[in-house]
Amino acid sequence: MDNIKLSAHHMDLYFGSKQILKQVNIDFPENKVTALIGPSGCGKSTLLRSFNRMHDLSPDAKISGEVRLDGQDIYDHQISVNEVRRRIGMVFQKANPLPKSIFDNLAYPLRIHKFPKQEIPGIVQRALEESYLWEEVKDELKKPAVKLSGGQQQRLCIARAVVLRPEVILMDEPCSALDPISTNKIEELILRLKKEYTIVIVTHNMQQAQRISDKVAFMYLGELIEYGDTEQVFHAPLQELTKNYVNGHFG
Amino acid sequence: MRKWFNWIILTGSTLLVCLFLGVILYDIFSKGLSVLSWQFVSKPPEAAMTKGGILPAITGTLLLTFITTLFSVPFGVACAVYLNEYAKPSILTNVIRGCIRNLSGIPSIIYGLFGLALFVQTFRLGTSVLAAGLTLGLLSLPYIITTAEEALKRVPASMREATLAMGITQFETIRDVVLPKALPGILTGIILTLSRAAGETAPILFTGVAFYINGMTTALDQEFMALPYHLYMLCTQHQSIEEVRPLAYGTAVVLIILVFLLNIIAFYFRFKQRTQD
Repeated sequence: MDNIKLSAHHMDLYFGSKQILKQVNIDFPENKVTALIGPSGCGKSTLLRSFNRMHDLSPDAKISGEVRLDGQDIYDHQISVNEVRRRIGMVFQKANPLPKSIFDNLAYPLRIHKFPKQEIPGIVQRALEESYLWEEVKDELKKPAVKLSGGQQQRLCIARAVVLRPEVILMDEPCSALDPISTNKIEELILRLKKEYTIVIVTHNMQQAQRISDKVAFMYLGELIEYGDTEQVFHAPLQELTKNYVNGHFG
Repeated sequence: MRKWFNWIILTGSTLLVCLFLGVILYDIFSKGLSVLSWQFVSKPPEAAMTKGGILPAITGTLLLTFITTLFSVPFGVACAVYLNEYAKPSILTNVIRGCIRNLSGIPSIIYGLFGLALFVQTFRLGTSVLAAGLTLGLLSLPYIITTAEEALKRVPASMREATLAMGITQFETIRDVVLPKALPGILTGIILTLSRAAGETAPILFTGVAFYINGMTTALDQEFMALPYHLYMLCTQHQSIEEVRPLAYGTAVVLIILVFLLNIIAFYFRFKQRTQD
């Protein structure tokens, strides 16, 4: 049996009076890639963002149920939201480098979290190497990050997510704005990162889900319809709804 | 046919506006440039202001604007940060925003009277450069808040999410990412507001500006001379108006150049921001 890294139990989420998530129960195994799939508006991004408490920013979001990281409830008052977000990193749909240099994009979070000054350049280099970006940018670390290409920016954002050594990395359609070659690089990167991290990725791309994920969760209208090994969900789905979706009949 | 009509109307209006500006500038510069000299900007008035320069009025205006800045910038920017970053949308914050917008519509003479009542009398600051600076600061606050809030609004939410998702606090995010990104916009608003405040007469009229002072204003509780008031005085209150008319035009030239310099700085920041985006 796999070790359960992250889990959600009886999750309900409302924006105002609109219910977005309905009684979601899901366990994410350690060092695996789990893909969340489903048509637009099914709540998969909302679910993803509740794992690092990004909904804390919207005053009208109401969450009940629990999310556990290594068994500890992340919405509990024992643990601070900043610690949760440090242990559960995130990569967004659109690359969002900070208006700083390439180096500072990675060094800034390290400085804030009080890493020893002399260690920072080494940690930055390692994160860039892990994201397959080092060779491309090693001579221009002082350049503004926004000058990088879209694919490079997204890999920088992945480097920024791993630079703090989180335990889980959440990815919200990280390739949706990228060309096939950049997408390919990021998929390779994800496959390598799963040796060290537990990865949850939202994707609209069925081929991508099959290429990179070990497990797939299919969501529809705020409910988790089916959850299983990638092979099984795509080739022998138990639910009629899942079958129709993965075969491209709606979505 | 209709296209030509529209073109004539639009181009004509634009040219008309430029024409007014040109006529005003030509009139002032043609009559004022002749008195402009190093003496004029480096010497105090002499012989009942019929001779000499306007140095105390220049330094007075600079000191006044400096006090205005010290008061209005920190409060204004802090207020904008609160409204845009911390305050949850509610009836209360909308009321606050409405009040700020309305404040910027209040005639400046009302600010002068308010400053007289509050700073000069209630706080017992007397008619002084401090009281006048604070009054001008109050006048500037709504503009600074509004422009700073607009600048903060232009910082994309994705940038805030980026740092928050790394366990960086909201305060650190604002300090290290949001404010630096919004800085050119905030500075533009501040400078344009201050260049307007530097030319104001009504708010300082009752709160500290003086017809003439002997020497320089060196302490905050002293009265002071200021360019716009000096101009007003030379034009309407002097005993021999005809004789000092060139000096009045010279003063106007100096005031215009001062404000123009500030606007050029603002233009630079706006240009920098546009190339950044």
